[in-house]
Amino acid sequence: MAYYEEDDLGHFSDMGKHRPDLFEKFMAWYQACQEDGALSRREKALIGLAVAHALQCPYCIDAYAQSCLESGSNMEQMTEAIHMASALRGGATLIHGLQAHNSVNKVSM
Amino acid sequence: MPSKVLPVINAETAFARSPVSFDERVAGAGLSLCAGTVETLQVNVGKLCNQACKHCHVDAGPKRTEIMSRETAEQIIEAVRRFRFQTIDITGGAPELNPLFRYLVAESSAAGAHVIVRHNLTVMFEPDQDDLPEFFREQGVEVVSSLPYFLEQQTDAQRGHGVFAKSLEAMRRLNDAGYGMEGSGLTLNLVYNPVGAFLPPAQSSIEADFKRELKARYDVSFNRLYTITNMPIKRFLDYLRRTGNEERYMRKLVEAFNPQAVAGLMCRSLVSVDWTGRLYDCDFNQMLELGVAAHLPQVISDFDPTQFFARTISTAAHCFGCTAGAGSSCGGSVVNNQATV
Repeated sequence: MAYYEEDDLGHFSDMGKHRPDLFEKFMAWYQACQEDGALSRREKALIGLAVAHALQCPYCIDAYAQSCLESGSNMEQMTEAIHMASALRGGATLIHGLQAHNSVNKVSM
Repeated sequence: MPSKVLPVINAETAFARSPVSFDERVAGAGLSLCAGTVETLQVNVGKLCNQACKHCHVDAGPKRTEIMSRETAEQIIEAVRRFRFQTIDITGGAPELNPLFRYLVAESSAAGAHVIVRHNLTVMFEPDQDDLPEFFREQGVEVVSSLPYFLEQQTDAQRGHGVFAKSLEAMRRLNDAGYGMEGSGLTLNLVYNPVGAFLPPAQSSIEADFKRELKARYDVSFNRLYTITNMPIKRFLDYLRRTGNEERYMRKLVEAFNPQAVAGLMCRSLVSVDWTGRLYDCDFNQMLELGVAAHLPQVISDFDPTQFFARTISTAAHCFGCTAGAGSSCGGSVVNNQATV
């Protein structure tokens, strides 16, 4: 992965060098999202892991795999979350088949 | 002698190259690390153990020969009687393998101290150890036992093949003796260590998981679960280096520094004594041979609590392990809520 460097994750704050006001707003919101609320930090970390896989962002996968471990999830739970992301991606692809069917049906006798 | 010499933190490690020392980081938070009254004497009887866990900061194992002599044990008991420590916390290695273990427990208990034994569970199946639950009960010992996870794969990965099954059998025997059972007054606490190079989860959260899963899957019970951070010393440091995780783990500990953890650090209320009678501020310093301040008595036979009160603690980069996140001590996390890191 020539365009992704593991160390970049630790330099995320460099994005605040230009328009720091916008970066600070983002970080305040981002951090608040992680806290215990109606969902626990552990549940949020598992959601983050699933979304990271759906987005296929290597930084996010690395960060949320660690967050899951450090909030007490095990590999079975993390793998189930990844399967959820995969299932949603697969299901979303498949249901778009109806669009193709509709398109074909529209011009067919 | 040890089969091989494992690395300790020194000036060559990535951790030591951290731009800010532990003392500077503490001072930067407007704090200082001084001891209060010595309440606990932690006694490390030596490095002999029936297990060789991958994260062990002692580098303990079956081939180690460093164990406490009768002369040192008697000096410790003399100090216990004279200075009336609230708690005697006995560790190793597997302390039960030292022939003087039961003497230390019985005499400490008779002197009125609360006795904690760091019991690895599987030592119960070694020769002449099968009556340990009854011995612990007779002496009113608090048992603290490592069980890194409630599943076999993770536990055996850290502590050795077959350890999980033996540990559960030992817990059943302890439960049968009343340990960990509600209303018995006999305490069995467990210790969670991360199975790898990451920080522990929030103690209350993982304790609830352990209680639910161990009861449902194996019908065993315990009182409290302590989360303890893996310290980058000896065998765990060796693991970090072999796997290329050293720099990342060290950075994680430093970045997770939590000033709120400083007040509850165990070194503030504890003195550690090694198998030869030398004194340290904690068991980790002991393994790094980082002694108490030079002007203080250096051995248990010269111990004087008035001189140890308000002493400055000897620190090094490994101390970031005790202040990361929710903090870490022999009694688990030291702040209630996991810090945002």
